[in-house]
Amino acid sequence: MLEVKSLMKSFDGFKAVDNADLDVRKGEIVAVIGPNGAGKTTLFNLITGILKPDSGRVLFKGEDITGLPPHKICRKRISRSFQVVNVFNRLTVFENTQISILSRERHTWNLVTPSSKLAVDETNELLRRVGLYEKRNRVSGALSHGDRKVLEIAMALAGNPEFLILDEPTAGMSPEETTRCIDLIQGLRERYGLTILFCEHDMEIVFRVANRIMVMVRGATIIQGTCQEVRCNAGVQDAYLGGSDVCLM
Amino acid sequence: MVSKKGKIWWIAVLLVLCLVPLILPRFYVYLLSVILLFGLFAMSNNLPLGFGGIYQLHHAVFYGVGAYGTALVITKSDLSPWLAFLIGPLIAAALGLIMGLICIRLSKLYFGMLQISLGSLVWAFVYRWYSFTGGDDGIHGITVPDIISSYQGAYYFALIITGLSLYVLYRVLKSPYGIALQGIRDNPVRSAMIGVNVRRHQLLALIIAAFFAGTAGTLFVVVDNTVFPDMIFWTLSLEAVIMCLLGGWLTFLGPMLGAAMIVVIRTFVSTYTVYWALVLGIIFMLVIFFLPNGVLGWVEDLYKRRKNVADMKE
Repeated sequence: MLEVKSLMKSFDGFKAVDNADLDVRKGEIVAVIGPNGAGKTTLFNLITGILKPDSGRVLFKGEDITGLPPHKICRKRISRSFQVVNVFNRLTVFENTQISILSRERHTWNLVTPSSKLAVDETNELLRRVGLYEKRNRVSGALSHGDRKVLEIAMALAGNPEFLILDEPTAGMSPEETTRCIDLIQGLRERYGLTILFCEHDMEIVFRVANRIMVMVRGATIIQGTCQEVRCNAGVQDAYLGGSDVCLM
Repeated sequence: MVSKKGKIWWIAVLLVLCLVPLILPRFYVYLLSVILLFGLFAMSNNLPLGFGGIYQLHHAVFYGVGAYGTALVITKSDLSPWLAFLIGPLIAAALGLIMGLICIRLSKLYFGMLQISLGSLVWAFVYRWYSFTGGDDGIHGITVPDIISSYQGAYYFALIITGLSLYVLYRVLKSPYGIALQGIRDNPVRSAMIGVNVRRHQLLALIIAAFFAGTAGTLFVVVDNTVFPDMIFWTLSLEAVIMCLLGGWLTFLGPMLGAAMIVVIRTFVSTYTVYWALVLGIIFMLVIFFLPNGVLGWVEDLYKRRKNVADMKE
């Protein structure tokens, strides 16, 4: 479904992403792992158009989407959540979700209809699904970190995506919140057939959730394969898991 | 939306505003007209500034050009003055589009700097072009239709047009577009990622703001029957920004309150001292320091806190 071919991006001579390859098939959950600064978030920014790559190509369903602006990529039904919470802080939980739905339906040029009459049921339904319904009237800046991360995912889902990119969805969450979030992610694939690409530092979560794993080190793809293949790959253990112990994880 | 109690309040305020010219002397009616039109000017500035997160630092250009547009159509053409009242704001909106197209490529402060430069260029044109704009003399004794030529008539005209404009601005802010705009203010990257074309939405906000600034300028022509180049000068833009911050730039009516405060301070303090700006400066500093969300923002916060406490008790 998504193919990334030898993607490159450098900032002032520093190669943040240097020959990254990735391939995600329909209905899969693929994890990207790698040490801090390996270029995972930059890779996601390149795929979603927030940054323009220096070279390389991104194909979505066979169509070249390299370097398109973010709002056009969004309309191809690719949604993402961010590592650092990235919501509309002064708007309520309800408005955050509603505007994401209205934007998908191309209603943001509507200057006449009061928005309190639009997409209300769908917004409430989505908020119930992710478990934020009770907090819908709170200003999102006042939510707990965990709740804002869930709101992130709700806003990404509001775009009705086929392909969902989650950048460290559980970072900074409490253990209970993490469990809830993982259930949510797995439910998304099982019930709605979403294809999901995510990156995560918690190996336990990665091995539990992902079908396949891509390992990035210093901007480059080392390997992409099943959990078993990745666990036993010498290069990965060297660069990332700390060496020696074979197939221990 | 608006509660029943809120509606009664609004009707009461409107009634008082309608009765004012029958009771108060001419000077105060004039002052209220000026507050209304400055309030509209500041509120139109606040659409990009407070709700769009755009550094709209030279808003007076659109106010002044709207006023000059109206004044020139009335004095130099045979068109009906009523038509001129529409042409002025439309010229302002067109200028908003042109300057917006140039400035919107830059973001944050750079946007504001470029806008100030381009705006100063417009000012220089008006200031120098004696034969057409009257240069630093401006244009005086502009005749408006009889029905609004008296001070009461001008007041009612300003009241009706300001009221209509505020209604339109309110509807815009509550529409999906308005929420998208506020989303852009909070987080442009995220807005793009949910499929909003950030630049184009911002550009529309600039055009709407320019139109209503031009409307306010036109109201000044009706109330004062003059235009002069200071109406385009950047110091007036600064005043508008201060009005927004003073009243509360995250609230809908805050800039109107800020405009009232500034006009009142200027009028009454300047009878005692020429250094009225010093008094304004001190008040402004105190407000920014103790009420960072402006006066109306502070009132709203208080109201919300009381409501939260009441909700907790339930």
